[in-house]
Amino acid sequence: MQFWHKELETLPRQKLEELQLERLKKTLQKVYQKVPHYRKKIQDSAINPSEIKSINDIKKLPFTTKEDLFVDYPYGLLAIPTERAIRLHTSSGTTGKPKAIFFSKKDINNSAELIARSLVMTGATKKDILQNSMTYGLFTGALVMHYGAEKVGILVIPAGPGNTERQINLMRDFGTTMLHITPSYALYVASVIYDKGIDPKKDLKLKRAYLGAEPYSEETRRKIEEMLGIDIYNCYGLTEMNGPGVGFECIYKEGLHIWEDNFLMEVVNPETGQSVSDGEIGELVLTTLNREAMPLIRYRTRDLTRVIPEPCKCGRVHRRISRILGRSDDMFIVKGVNIFPQQIEQVLMGIKGVAQNYQIVLEAFDEMVVRVEIDRDLFDGKIEKLVRLKEEIVDKIRSNVMVKPKVELLEPGTLPISEGKAKRVIDKRTI
Amino acid sequence: MNKIYIISVFAENKPGRLERITKVLAEANINILAFSITSTNGFGIIKFMVDKFNETYQLLKDKGFTVSLNEAIGIEMKDQPGGLYEVVKILSSKGINIESAAVYVAETRKTAYLIVEVEDTEKAIESLKDENLKFLESTT
Repeated sequence: MQFWHKELETLPRQKLEELQLERLKKTLQKVYQKVPHYRKKIQDSAINPSEIKSINDIKKLPFTTKEDLFVDYPYGLLAIPTERAIRLHTSSGTTGKPKAIFFSKKDINNSAELIARSLVMTGATKKDILQNSMTYGLFTGALVMHYGAEKVGILVIPAGPGNTERQINLMRDFGTTMLHITPSYALYVASVIYDKGIDPKKDLKLKRAYLGAEPYSEETRRKIEEMLGIDIYNCYGLTEMNGPGVGFECIYKEGLHIWEDNFLMEVVNPETGQSVSDGEIGELVLTTLNREAMPLIRYRTRDLTRVIPEPCKCGRVHRRISRILGRSDDMFIVKGVNIFPQQIEQVLMGIKGVAQNYQIVLEAFDEMVVRVEIDRDLFDGKIEKLVRLKEEIVDKIRSNVMVKPKVELLEPGTLPISEGKAKRVIDKRTI
Repeated sequence: MNKIYIISVFAENKPGRLERITKVLAEANINILAFSITSTNGFGIIKFMVDKFNETYQLLKDKGFTVSLNEAIGIEMKDQPGGLYEVVKILSSKGINIESAAVYVAETRKTAYLIVEVEDTEKAIESLKDENLKFLESTT
């Protein structure tokens, strides 16, 4: 097992929490003094930064939402003089203004440190060659990864996305060992490699790839791993938190370690804002603990995940989260119970005889109808088996989300095929 | 071996489902010899005995239907009062449980067959072989 910063990565839990508290207090003092918007928010919340005595006290502080980023836009949330900010990144901003995030020199160095930790955690060394096929530009993905890889001493090929022919030539000519790429593009590149008759296991030197920026399933991961004969690591980040490097998988690929000395993580019920128990699905809330230019307190990521509280075999104390399960906006309420489509999805994934596709229809009188396609390959013409399958689905969903659903078994191919941002829930209720 | 095959198709309980399937068969010039529908709350299974079961199975699969090929036994019965009773009596005396059944009338007023799916086809055939029964032979 190799480490980039062994001391910080394996700090005893108690020491880590002491460090978190110290950094939290510092961060709060700073935003209280330097950021008018935060001072006002904290004053309104009737808690004084000096009253924070444990990391749990963070729950008394107000959340920061996306909307807060547009108050005093664009420079208003800076906690340093504007001239000390040396880089701007923005989120995609498909509607309206993009979210603007500023980095100081120290922030750039620090985000590179976290990437260095993450890459080394997956077995990368300075002998590796990274082909960075993410978009260079306003998007954080490529640049932050670039700086982090250089820090390790990795040779970086700043390929950017697209021009698949050239991507493959670069891999072949320069002996690329690692890729940083989106999952959909990785699938495409892998298929082109095959079409060209290139055997990736013989003709290329690829060992691993880092996939992020888009949701993708475990099946997709395995498919690309098999096609290219490599290991794929899931990474998580968001522009508001310096981009990639917030969470990364280690060699065990059982969830993403969140670098807790840099981010204080909470998982909350998106409706109530209350913490959920470890292991329960909720919205990830992050507080920057080591950011100079633009600290954010209790930032609502809108990303759904759950904490994996068990210690990881790799020896790092930084807790893991599951892969991102969806957006908190997906949540719906039936019979007074908050439900995420992802909870239903997880239940269905554990049942043999149903396909991946499903739909939830909310009907009059708060009835939840779960429509699932049966698995064509497992159909054997026995009606009793289907009746039992239906009962199993009803029972498992009921015990999982506490609402008894009506289940409809459908012919495969009935439901619309959805990529990524699926429209899983149809609400037909009228009040 | 007196095993025959029937085709099972999964279908939601919705208007037009049977029509869709039978249209495919009609266009492919496949003759339905016997058929049955089992349905429960929301969905059902349509079972066919056809003249060309392999071809039919492949055709329906290619057309995107959820289909399976199931073993069955066809037992001749007299097309007269008591005909069914005679056959069923033997099956029950052997402890053979019928999972699905259909009737195939080969020649009106002469020969008909009871087409049954049972739990273990081989075992059922074995235990029936000494009875005075005639079995339907498999087509392709």
